[in-house]
Amino acid sequence: MSATLTRAGRTGRFRPDGDVEEWHGRYVPYDIVKEFTASFLVVLLLVLGLSVVFSSPDVHPVTIRTWAQHAPIDFARTAVTELAGMSPTATYGPPYNDTAGVSQSIGPLSLERLMGVHHPINTALDDVIDPLRTLPADPTLALAITRYTSAAAQTQKSWTNAYGTALVHARFTDGELSTRPGRYGPVALMIGTLTTMARSGALDGALVSSNQFYGTDYTKPLLFMADGAYLANLAAAQHLQGTQWGMMNETGNFPGQSWLWLYTFWYQIPPFTNSSNADAQIWAIMVVLTALLALVPFLPGVRAIPRRVRIYRLIWRKHYRSLAVRADETV
Amino acid sequence: MTAGSGEPKVDVQADGPEDAGQWSAKLRRAAVSAFPPGRLLPDRQPAYVASWIYVFGALTLAALAIVVLSGSVLAIEGPTWWHLSRVGLFVNSMHLWSVELFFFFMVIHLWGKFFMAAWRGRRRATWITGVLSFVVSVAAAFSGYLSQQNFDSQWIATQAKDGINATGAGAFFNVLNFGQMLMWHILLLPAAVGLLVIVHILLVRRRGVVPPFAPDPGDLVEPDRGATAGDPTVARMAAP
Repeated sequence: MSATLTRAGRTGRFRPDGDVEEWHGRYVPYDIVKEFTASFLVVLLLVLGLSVVFSSPDVHPVTIRTWAQHAPIDFARTAVTELAGMSPTATYGPPYNDTAGVSQSIGPLSLERLMGVHHPINTALDDVIDPLRTLPADPTLALAITRYTSAAAQTQKSWTNAYGTALVHARFTDGELSTRPGRYGPVALMIGTLTTMARSGALDGALVSSNQFYGTDYTKPLLFMADGAYLANLAAAQHLQGTQWGMMNETGNFPGQSWLWLYTFWYQIPPFTNSSNADAQIWAIMVVLTALLALVPFLPGVRAIPRRVRIYRLIWRKHYRSLAVRADETV
Repeated sequence: MTAGSGEPKVDVQADGPEDAGQWSAKLRRAAVSAFPPGRLLPDRQPAYVASWIYVFGALTLAALAIVVLSGSVLAIEGPTWWHLSRVGLFVNSMHLWSVELFFFFMVIHLWGKFFMAAWRGRRRATWITGVLSFVVSVAAAFSGYLSQQNFDSQWIATQAKDGINATGAGAFFNVLNFGQMLMWHILLLPAAVGLLVIVHILLVRRRGVVPPFAPDPGDLVEPDRGATAGDPTVARMAAP
């Protein structure tokens, strides 16, 4: 059977980057089931070999307990910012709260502002006051909480500011936070008790528990931990920081999500390194690039690249060689 | 066949002529027309399909099959099993490495198809479903990293939330909610990937493998002979 190419049965001008010549040439035996079975066995052997040799990483998760045990002062400083409403979570905006003027946007469009608050978090209540209220009856603590919650906002602010400043030079000895004396109001007792609670593991449960027995939502404890420095320091040691190509890396020396390289790449270069809207801008870029990739067949110029760079000659070299040889023989 | 009491009797023979207007009959005719057995499960292919690059499509599917199988074992045993069991850790390793190979093979497959301009000849939908399969697979893998229940998933969740929230999707796709991410990972996103891959494969079977570009003088150079565009053989082949 000779390899002849004829124009497909369509009208109009032939477009080499969109049309093909129908194949009327030679066909060869092809066992699709056998090919898939062989491919499956090859990949299975590869997977088994890689699993035996390299296994997979599993670094234990950080808990509020391990955080408060290994870095109690960092925990206490973070807890004060949560109580004062000054932490990154407390001032995040949607979807966690309605802080004004902080949502990311592209021009006038802020999608997170548009979607609104869907996971409401009041860090003072959720991270500090409500967990403390779960502790067994302690008149002194109860009085401290009442004193704090009934105080004027300005007074609360002066207490948390003073205690937050004092914690910069705090020490943690014999299971107790020690700071120089100051006008901290009830805040020192509340944060000290919360630190003790965290070190016991009770705060982990208090942050996850809701009105039902089962819980799978770790939004509150993860945001709380992300506000501190402990988690970030551990991530930096595992080369997982955003400036270290972040999410595409994996703990240890394992390959991570290398397919996210282009997304992660933008975070490494200006202007995104200094942009307060970097996430929104980079997502917009990636959406556009993904759409362009999907629409390559419709893009003049781009769809011509394969024909112009001629890498197809390597892929179909046997086909072109057979045509050349056959033509040579004919002549 | 006798209908229920009070209804007219309708006799239908099992091998009688089909009811052309029936939805089922229309669907069957359309399916058989689009996918005759020889096209759906072929035993012949055009002679130009002769390159290692074609293997990567099958390798991608094979890796996906192992991803699904290993993930199914993990699902049967539950999300904490692999942290506590050596067998579980091994199955998790298989899941991880099959995912890595899946993306490796898929990216090579994608670039191979790009350089073949595989969208030609009414194959645009095949290209688009392939790209969508890649994109949704990235989301599926991402939700898997969030579902690991270890330090890696904690860190990825706290970092990824900003990007997801910036798109507004954080309102209904909360990367800090383990339960929600696990559901996306083991049901919604695999179902989406599976559906896209099935449509992609059916389109490949429907349209066939894209034929080569029409030859021009450069294409007809025999690499082994080192012929050039000035070669008399080439000149003869270029002549219409």
